[in-house]
Amino acid sequence: MSLCTELVLDITYHQVKAPLFLVAQDLTLFCICVNVQSQPASLAAEDISTNSNGPKQDSLFDDDPEDLFAEATEEVSLDSPERDVLLSDGPSPAITPITPPTSVITPRIVSCVFIEEEEGGDSFDIHISVSDPEKVGEYMTSMSLFKRSEFAVKRRFSDFLGLHSKLASKYLHIGYIVPPAPEKSIVGMTKVKVGKEDQSSNEFVEKRRSALERYLMRTVKHPILLKDPDVLQFLESSELPRAVSTQALSSAGLLRMVNKAADAVNKMTIKMNESDAWFEEKQQHFENLDVQLRKLHTSVESLVCHRKELSVNTAQFAKSAAMLGNSEDHTALSRALSQLAEVEEKIDQLHQDQANADFYLFSELLGDYVRLLTAVKGVFDHRMKTWQKWQDSQMLLQKKREAEAKLQFTNKPDKLQQAKDEIKELEGKVQQGERDFEQISKTIRKEVSRFEKERVKDFKTIIIKYLESLVQTQQQLIKYWEAFLPEAKAIS
Amino acid sequence: QRKESLRSVSVDLNHDASLLIDIPDALCERDKVKFTVHTKTTLSSFQKPDFSVPRQHEDFIWLHDTLVETEDYAGLIIPPAPPKPDFDSPREKMHKLGEGEATMTKEEYTKMKQELEAEYLAVFKKTVQVHEIFLQRLSSHPVLSKDRNFQIFLEYDQDLSVRRKNAKEMFGGFFKNMVKSADEVLISGVKEVDDFFEQEKTFLLDYYSKIKDSTAKAEKMTRAHKNIADDYIHISATLNSLAADDMTANKKNLEKLSDLFEKFRKVEGRVASDQDLKLTELLRYYMRDIQAAKDLLYRRARALADYENSNKALDKARLKSKDIPQAEEHQRQCLQKFDKLSESGKKELTSFKGRRVVAFRKNFIEMAELEIKHAKNSVTLLQGCIELLKSN
Repeated sequence: MSLCTELVLDITYHQVKAPLFLVAQDLTLFCICVNVQSQPASLAAEDISTNSNGPKQDSLFDDDPEDLFAEATEEVSLDSPERDVLLSDGPSPAITPITPPTSVITPRIVSCVFIEEEEGGDSFDIHISVSDPEKVGEYMTSMSLFKRSEFAVKRRFSDFLGLHSKLASKYLHIGYIVPPAPEKSIVGMTKVKVGKEDQSSNEFVEKRRSALERYLMRTVKHPILLKDPDVLQFLESSELPRAVSTQALSSAGLLRMVNKAADAVNKMTIKMNESDAWFEEKQQHFENLDVQLRKLHTSVESLVCHRKELSVNTAQFAKSAAMLGNSEDHTALSRALSQLAEVEEKIDQLHQDQANADFYLFSELLGDYVRLLTAVKGVFDHRMKTWQKWQDSQMLLQKKREAEAKLQFTNKPDKLQQAKDEIKELEGKVQQGERDFEQISKTIRKEVSRFEKERVKDFKTIIIKYLESLVQTQQQLIKYWEAFLPEAKAIS
Repeated sequence: QRKESLRSVSVDLNHDASLLIDIPDALCERDKVKFTVHTKTTLSSFQKPDFSVPRQHEDFIWLHDTLVETEDYAGLIIPPAPPKPDFDSPREKMHKLGEGEATMTKEEYTKMKQELEAEYLAVFKKTVQVHEIFLQRLSSHPVLSKDRNFQIFLEYDQDLSVRRKNAKEMFGGFFKNMVKSADEVLISGVKEVDDFFEQEKTFLLDYYSKIKDSTAKAEKMTRAHKNIADDYIHISATLNSLAADDMTANKKNLEKLSDLFEKFRKVEGRVASDQDLKLTELLRYYMRDIQAAKDLLYRRARALADYENSNKALDKARLKSKDIPQAEEHQRQCLQKFDKLSESGKKELTSFKGRRVVAFRKNFIEMAELEIKHAKNSVTLLQGCIELLKSN
């Protein structure tokens, strides 16, 4: 059984007193703690033939959990020849799950650290630790993506945005679902910068820190993106060139642009001849999913709001009950009222904690997936654009061929040659266009499969955590009321 | 139109088998509630041993007001009048629900509607209970149970509205208003000679404002709980839609989750309504009862003022050597009235405290027990779902 190296991430927020003149810039720095550990690989099926993009691959994608990782390493042509070593050879029976071939990095997030810094600005510290993978089994190769095993880097919020915009520009148009970065929030950020040390600005910071952690986690969980040099640089290098361009364009802005482009594409006369029903089906599926998730998100946001309200109201009642207890002249009843007030005060804290769980576990999960679906939809739109480009080349080729045919009957050898040259060029373009289209289609199939699996796993894990938080609250309630009951009975 | 069969909720007051009253039935017509007041008695003063009459809320108010106006009862705490049935809240919510129907699935809408109907029913039950308790307070009071108007209320098989109109003409209703606006001033203005009443005055004035505040805060708490239960309905419905669209193995998980939230919201709803009954309604009732006690203090304070005035009048008469016997008689009467009020008032206020303590104890115990029960239920539901999700 081979081992996987695990990447463990840990982001902490790091606030610093910013001198006033620096307020205008984005000075937020985050510390990312990355820990790469060895872990037994979950069962992974063998890689299968990756040559065709036909439907027969479809069902297999859905069945094999780890298939994607093996596939992915073959696909990426970006860098490191090491990748070839990770591939398994040729097709193998799809039925039996066989020894997984590779050491795959699956990152995991740990905890958060808060550090003080001398210079001006807020920072998030990324603490990274990588443990060396062990060499076990026939197919194992040790792959060290990282130079050191444990390290920490400081990153600004704009660095995260910069990372995302780089990844988006590299991968979105060829069909990879690049996780969107958290959005900028002017109001919240201004408060923090001005140094307002109140609860709402602390909440904002925590929201942002948590969002960045999830964002980075999703990014490094993607087998292709993790190996991207920009990502590695982001995680590892002590100094990162300032991402200036992102100040004008947050990830949300980028996605908006992508969507606008997509809309423009749709509004054109593209009625794509969808040869593959799978894509139409999936697009519809994601449309429906989007609608439902947004609705669910709204309901959960309402829940968070009402839970916070309940907490506040309970606290107010507690105070009122305490005053009533003071006013009560019957001694035993007075004591019971005071105890009731104490119980309610504890319960109000309980509701506050539950509201946080409602938000950070349930609400943010839904919010993340609503944003992720935008990226998914974008990827489908890119496929359409790729198709369109291919079709355009094809139409142009057709025209040139017709023109060439006409030229055959004229006595213009130069023009004829030119035409022939152009045709040759265009033929190449058409072939490339077809390849690109097939490639993006294939990539999207894999990506969608990976995405769906991740989604299901993600939801399950987090929902279970959320339900456990609800259980905890209820169990605490039992404790509090059971403690109060004898007090109530003691009234005489 | 709605006809509901309800059992008598309060058992504490209906001890004496010689006069048992309950409201087994009530009808809601538009905004008017018609209560069926059922009496079972062994007393010969009644014509029949077992009978029922239909009564409206206004009839209860008439009865309460006549009791308040009765001089002989000035030294008693008159049980507070039941508040007017108020269906505004659920009606408004029903209206809002109708407006938002398009944004929900059919199932969601049905559930929300059911919830509102349950709320409507809860308001209905509460109003029946509070009218019932009013009558039972009277029937269990040694003096008030013998009141002629009380008997008419219970027995008269014709419409009471004629009597109600006459009563209004007689008292004009201005007295009631005067009492309400003047009591604080008069009570605080009078020089108190009796320690007991001095303490009671201080206590009741302060306690009233505190309990009024607690009632309002408790109500807000309950409302927030209800809102959370409603949110769970929406969450459950959307999860169901997600499950319907899902073609993978995840479908079952979503269905389980949807089911969990559906069950969970019912528990939350119960938590809200139990808290409402055991806490908010308790506080609200005793707030009104404290007001009734304050009214007693007011009447006694007025009697004391009358007595002091009669003293002054007597002195004046003695000075002028005119109408001395009348002045003496008047003064004697005032003193007698005041003494009677003080004696009866002391008894009433003491038993009132006892009643209050008993009621608080009972409701606090029940509330704590219900909270524990609901929380345990919730834990079972949640853990069951977690197990199912983990096992998949």
